[in-house]
Amino acid sequence: MSAHTRRRQPAPGAAPPRLMQSAGLRFAALFTLTFALSSLVLVAVLWWATAGALDRQVAAAIRADAVALTERWREAGAQGLAEAIEERLALDVSNEAIYLLLDRDGRKLAGNLEAWPATATSEGSFSRTRISHDGVPADARFLRRDLPNLRLLVGRDESERLQLRLVLTEGVVWSLGASLLIAIAGAALIRRALERRLEPTFRTAMGIASGDLSARVPLSERGDEFDRLGQGMNNMLDRIETLMQGVRGVSDAIAHDLRTPIARARSKLEESLGAASSEAELRAAVEQGIADLDNISRIFRALLRIAEAEAGARRAAFAPLDLPEVLGDAAEFYQAAAEARDQRLETDLPASLPMVGDRDLLLQAVANLLDNAVKFTPEGGVVRLAARRHGDGSIEIMVSDSGPGLASDDQSRVGERFFRADRSRNTPGSGLGLSLVRAVAQLHGGVLELGDAMPGADPPGLSVSLLLPGGK
Amino acid sequence: MRILLVEDDVEVARFVKKGLQEAGHTVEHAANGRDGLFLAASEQFDLLVLDRMLPGGVDGVRLVETLRGQGNRTPVLFLSALGAVDERVKGLKAGGDDYLVKPFAFAELLARVEALARRPSVDAPATRLRVSDLELDLLSRTVTRGAKKIDVQPREFRLLEHLMRHAGQVVTRTMLLEKVWDYHFDPQTNVIDVHVSRLRQKLDKGFDKPLIHTIRNAGYMIRAEP
Repeated sequence: MSAHTRRRQPAPGAAPPRLMQSAGLRFAALFTLTFALSSLVLVAVLWWATAGALDRQVAAAIRADAVALTERWREAGAQGLAEAIEERLALDVSNEAIYLLLDRDGRKLAGNLEAWPATATSEGSFSRTRISHDGVPADARFLRRDLPNLRLLVGRDESERLQLRLVLTEGVVWSLGASLLIAIAGAALIRRALERRLEPTFRTAMGIASGDLSARVPLSERGDEFDRLGQGMNNMLDRIETLMQGVRGVSDAIAHDLRTPIARARSKLEESLGAASSEAELRAAVEQGIADLDNISRIFRALLRIAEAEAGARRAAFAPLDLPEVLGDAAEFYQAAAEARDQRLETDLPASLPMVGDRDLLLQAVANLLDNAVKFTPEGGVVRLAARRHGDGSIEIMVSDSGPGLASDDQSRVGERFFRADRSRNTPGSGLGLSLVRAVAQLHGGVLELGDAMPGADPPGLSVSLLLPGGK
Repeated sequence: MRILLVEDDVEVARFVKKGLQEAGHTVEHAANGRDGLFLAASEQFDLLVLDRMLPGGVDGVRLVETLRGQGNRTPVLFLSALGAVDERVKGLKAGGDDYLVKPFAFAELLARVEALARRPSVDAPATRLRVSDLELDLLSRTVTRGAKKIDVQPREFRLLEHLMRHAGQVVTRTMLLEKVWDYHFDPQTNVIDVHVSRLRQKLDKGFDKPLIHTIRNAGYMIRAEP
């Protein structure tokens, strides 16, 4: 990626994001918006249910009145209609009803209005205006009805209702304002809470970035999403730390145990360069030097294989395999070596034991175990290779021998790179064999266990078990 | 044999070229992938020896893929510092015929080069292999020497078959491990030697002329003349 196209990254340990970049602010804004919207919906429903209902009630009353009066006119004519209006006005206790009946010439026949309102221009439609009702100015609503030779106006005084509406409006405005304030305050709280919950995670990440691999995200008891994030980060960090230790282990091992043979080879070559008196001697020294180098690159290869297995990089090579077949091959391979040392190599393998794993590495692991067993068991001894599936589905591969065994302190140290028990110092070997076995076990999700093959007997012998999950 | 060596490291290239020439082969050398591809595509070679990581934009795998894409079936031996099993698989999948990890002994390289160049022809499958008075019947899976029938185990039979298919050529221990046991692993000790010497005892017992010879610093060879 070129410098031009690379997006600018915040500097390490950067200040918290600017206000508009803050995810906390975005969540908070979203919260405010949701809250405000729900308040608006609430108010709208409230309004529709109160002020709107009042409005609809008035309109319905006016319409019913107008229909009734029209009926009356049909039955009793203009005179009857005027009487009915007067009668209704007399009975109207709340003094809300407004009527006006004019004849064709515009003379008032009945009603409590002085003049025809200017807005009541079309038949059958509602209109609103300010009128003088009993000498007091009032807001009223009308319906105009045209009858042959007559004009009828039916209405209601709405002053009180309008007053109520005003009160309602005021209430709505206040509560909306209040809820908006609460929303904003809530948003600020959310933002702060988010920031506070994320702060330790952020700090941990910064700590890791600056090289402190031991930093971990502190977890709360709540087990919420943030704890899950923190737990995920911690697991990741544990894994990274293990890998880093592995790498450090390899470089320590290289520094320590590769340098020794390199130094030895170098000094031998240098010495023979100065001291060799014949060509044959020089030739022998060079040959020895090449053999030393080959040995060094073997150690190197083993180290790389261990690192590869420990990093889990080879899980891609996992495939279904039948374990007894692989183990049988290994046994057959070492059969000859055992026989050459007058030992018996016995196998106890089931007919079939399918599993998923890395064939080459499993063979390498068992080969290392058999190699050790054959090497450390005295002539005439017995080496056994067995495999079985336990009731819980896990698989055990065991190599045991009738050799001298290992002291229990040494048993726990086996598997450390280059560890060699004191007694084995004079036997050829790199000390990497069991580390590789352990790494292979771990790669397959299993463990390596050591014990006495025949506890109490002398010599106790050594048994090494690979315990692998069955994966079924 | 005419061999194309594509290798960017000057020292390794010089060493391999000199060694192969001393063994009687003609060697052309290209120092980067593009020149190598050009040579391999335009001239006739019996074998290509390729480094996997090459400068010039065309690495070993690409080179082989391109050649195979053009229908060129020249055998390819990879030389590589990438030793992981996945890398080997990648190289062989791309069309390589063999894979040798650096650092290597020249004897190992030479043995593999000769094995590749004189691969048993697939067209006429032999049913019988013969070296001197030793005969191997691939159908009945029996081994006889002179008039004497020799009992061998299945693995020993495969071991002997491999040696006899490459009679007169050096077969190294790693080649036996890969071809006869079909595993890629480090056998720690000289287990291959133990297997070979056991087979040798069975074959030579009662005969005064040994057939399986140990080639110092290299491996084994089966041949009639001592």
